[in-house]
Amino acid sequence: MVEVRGAAFRFGERPVFDGIDLEVQAGEVLTILGPNGCGKSTLLRCIGGALALTRGTVRIGGEDLATLDPSARARKVGFLFQDHVPSFPFTVLDLAIMGRTPHLGFLGTPSTRDQAIAEAALDQVGIGHLKHRPYTELSGGERQLVLLARILVQQPDVILLDEPTSHLDLKNQVRCLRTVGALSTAGATMIMTTHDPNHAFLFSGRVVLMQPGGALLVGPARDVINETTLTATYGIEIGVFLARRSSGSGELTFCSPW
Amino acid sequence: MMSRRTVAVLTLAPVAVFFVSLFVGRFVIAPADVARILWAQFFPSEHAWPASVETIVMQIRLPRSIMAMFIGAGLAASGTAYQGMFRNPLVSPDILGVTAAAGFGAALALLLSRNAVELQLIAFAFGLLGVLLTYLLARVYRTTPVLMLVLSGVVVAAFFSALLSGTKYVADPESKLPAITYWLLGSLNATSTRSLAMALPPIIVGGVGLILVRWQLNVLAMGDEEARSLGIRTELLKGIVIACTTLITAACVSVCGIVGWVGLVVPHLGRMLVGPDHRALLPATLSIGATYLLFIDCVARSAVATEIPLGILTAMIGAPFFGYLLRKTRGSWQ
Repeated sequence: MVEVRGAAFRFGERPVFDGIDLEVQAGEVLTILGPNGCGKSTLLRCIGGALALTRGTVRIGGEDLATLDPSARARKVGFLFQDHVPSFPFTVLDLAIMGRTPHLGFLGTPSTRDQAIAEAALDQVGIGHLKHRPYTELSGGERQLVLLARILVQQPDVILLDEPTSHLDLKNQVRCLRTVGALSTAGATMIMTTHDPNHAFLFSGRVVLMQPGGALLVGPARDVINETTLTATYGIEIGVFLARRSSGSGELTFCSPW
Repeated sequence: MMSRRTVAVLTLAPVAVFFVSLFVGRFVIAPADVARILWAQFFPSEHAWPASVETIVMQIRLPRSIMAMFIGAGLAASGTAYQGMFRNPLVSPDILGVTAAAGFGAALALLLSRNAVELQLIAFAFGLLGVLLTYLLARVYRTTPVLMLVLSGVVVAAFFSALLSGTKYVADPESKLPAITYWLLGSLNATSTRSLAMALPPIIVGGVGLILVRWQLNVLAMGDEEARSLGIRTELLKGIVIACTTLITAACVSVCGIVGWVGLVVPHLGRMLVGPDHRALLPATLSIGATYLLFIDCVARSAVATEIPLGILTAMIGAPFFGYLLRKTRGSWQ
């Protein structure tokens, strides 16, 4: 579905990464992990076409992203940005309908059918009841769900999520990640960056551990995430734990500084 | 979306004020006579009024009222589009230097004793030139970041303001300087059918252009990067918005001088009435802007014995009103 070949990117003279090859299968959730500044957001923005690779290609469904115009690209890739700066107090529904933009002509405006698609997406992420509220008045977690719904309305082939939980509290992190999980179950292809290695355990897809200097470790979470790789990547000692819940049954693998 | 009552009010208000504007003034004409004169333009009927009354209505008040409405609507729509594009409710149509440049053009024409038509053309041309300079100055790697546009606008406006001051300095203080000063304060009293014919086409073209991109403006208000990810050609869209607002604002300044505050305040009124969705907001601000400036112009020409410059009134009413909005919203602009 997504095919990255020989990707390199530099900010002016500073190389961020070089020689990256990556493939994402249809229906997979690929999690990109790495320390701050390793270039994971930059990689994601290159895959999404927001930044142009210095060298290499990104193909989605066989088509080279660099050759597509913005609206064709937006029908292939949906992007959840890390920092959405709130704008005017549009209603939740108005914001969600914006996802139809790449499906309208250049001067087109959304129809009632587009509105129905937006309403369905809001219901799908569980915030249909908020549709007439100004989105600027919602909590950070609810706002993130609105933006996620907007991507569903966009109906792209691939969804890119740049640290979707970065400004959220524990409850809203879980709510956001569960929504991502539900979308994955429903067949969506996603690439997600995150600063928390524990998030990678939540999904069945592969994990990319991006190390300073741009080396990649790619594979299933249980192979890629261990004490040696995490400690080498983050530069502090990190332990991986298998814990039993103190009340009731159930086990959990998690990692934490040690 | 707008309720039916809001639509009705926004449709009827400009029509009502338009009719009122034809009979109020220092020379009061009975409303019934105004109706009969207008009727007689389309359907030949008996002339039961003096020819001078018909001249006042048809040659003076009618063009002036039409001009006031188009200028008010145009400035309000320009301000709305810019506030959306710059994602900032403190932006007004002159942010890219169009007003300063057109103002200098007009002052130069007055200094060189050009006639009214030439003044309008020179002011309009300088307005376009000013924004073109801003746009070129703001261009970085084939993009025009919003911050670069704002800063370049400050530079260009400062430059043309300096040229304007220079023009005033060399102008004859007995005749030219007062003419320039008075012209810059803003007035519609020089409106004629000819100035209407010159000003209306660019205002209409720009206004139609903005209405056509009303949906795309919503998406652009999400910021350039998000708008691009939603499939918007942001550079093309920003170019269209800048071209449309510049046509409108340059045309406005070239006929009536510098009329501030309309483009800043009316978008806020519009958002309070119909919300931030430009599909409803742009048509609403057209109506509010037209009504507002027509009302102000009626006050300007009939409140006291001599005409009050328009720019003074729009600021005297606009500034306190904006202060009221500031207090009411406590800076949250919602």
